[in-house]
Amino acid sequence: MAIARTLLASLAILAAGATAFGYATDSLRAFTSEAARRLEIQERPRLVPTTAALESADGRRLDFSALHGRWVLADFIYTRCPTWCSVLGSEFAQLERQLSDPIAAGQVQLLSISFDPDHDTPVRLADYQQRFGASGQGWMAVRPADSGARDSLMRVFGVTAVPDGFGGYVHNAAILVVDPGGRLVRVLDADDVRGAANFVRGRLGP
Amino acid sequence: MNAVDKRRTGLALIAFALLILPPVRHALQASMTAQMLLDIPLLVACGWLLAAAVPHAVRSALAGWNHGGVSGLLLASVTASVWMLPRALDAAVNDPWVDAARLVTVPLLIGLPLGLSWPRMGFVVRGVFLAELIATCFRLGWLYQISPVRLCSRFLLDDQQRLGTGLLVAGGVLFLYIAARLLWGNVASRDSM
Repeated sequence: MAIARTLLASLAILAAGATAFGYATDSLRAFTSEAARRLEIQERPRLVPTTAALESADGRRLDFSALHGRWVLADFIYTRCPTWCSVLGSEFAQLERQLSDPIAAGQVQLLSISFDPDHDTPVRLADYQQRFGASGQGWMAVRPADSGARDSLMRVFGVTAVPDGFGGYVHNAAILVVDPGGRLVRVLDADDVRGAANFVRGRLGP
Repeated sequence: MNAVDKRRTGLALIAFALLILPPVRHALQASMTAQMLLDIPLLVACGWLLAAAVPHAVRSALAGWNHGGVSGLLLASVTASVWMLPRALDAAVNDPWVDAARLVTVPLLIGLPLGLSWPRMGFVVRGVFLAELIATCFRLGWLYQISPVRLCSRFLLDDQQRLGTGLLVAGGVLFLYIAARLLWGNVASRDSM
């Protein structure tokens, strides 16, 4: 009798446990936060807030509504960053060349957003771009105008930056795709320039 | 409740009260290493000690559904597998509700069932449990040590590697302890069934 009841209890525990585990991993598809972020954005694109004010490297004020109508490839950086942001910087300069035609046609915009606006003044943002030979045509570097704008953008884009103990940050670098309707639709690997270029080209049509 | 049970219950409650203090929570969540090697084991220990507070009537009623401690072991294992997910380590820092869920479920669904089931487990069930515990320490430790990417967004790579080393050491110490018990000690459960 005790054995039969134990079997019954065990089956119930297994069923409840499998349900909980499935819930906690998006049906076994995401075991890490980064995988969960990518999956959630791909399945439920998020509207990027147009209330977050930005300031560009040339001192202009704008917000995301200024970018509507274009595919935006965005990344989050801080200009002092010795690792990922340097890689992303040269990648964005590369993308600017590879996508020069759709950029000239006003179909694509490259955008680097600083998550360290206190340090990254417009001058430093311009320096950052020049370091990688940006032509200034289709690649814009911006900083959030205030900490509220920074926090809301980081939340929507799912960006986490952790102090690395040496005055810098470790962050989940990625290439983020915003569609012409202003919705964040995809998170691509930070080192996948070709993938990012192909993704956008594939959606622009012939 | 005898004196020993009273002492264990008191210890469990005091330890739990200390663990939920905001500065302690903050410290125990600051790194992956502290979360996995201190926070979770301490919460499990609270639940385990709390088994002493379960009245005999309840205990014998539960025992009818827990032959050989199997159901309790299963409940603890399933719950632990959820809290060991890298996502769960991030979420406990990002979302206070997730941390609250952990504070409740780790003692009550891992520690307590283990505390109630351990005396009921025979030699074989105990052996399977301990072997699997050691294997989990080694598997996760190895994964965390060799992974070139950060598995948690909130924590640094060196923290992840330190946790890997810590888990390998924990698995090794546990293995040596069990080996020593097998060679020189008494491992048969004294009060099983």
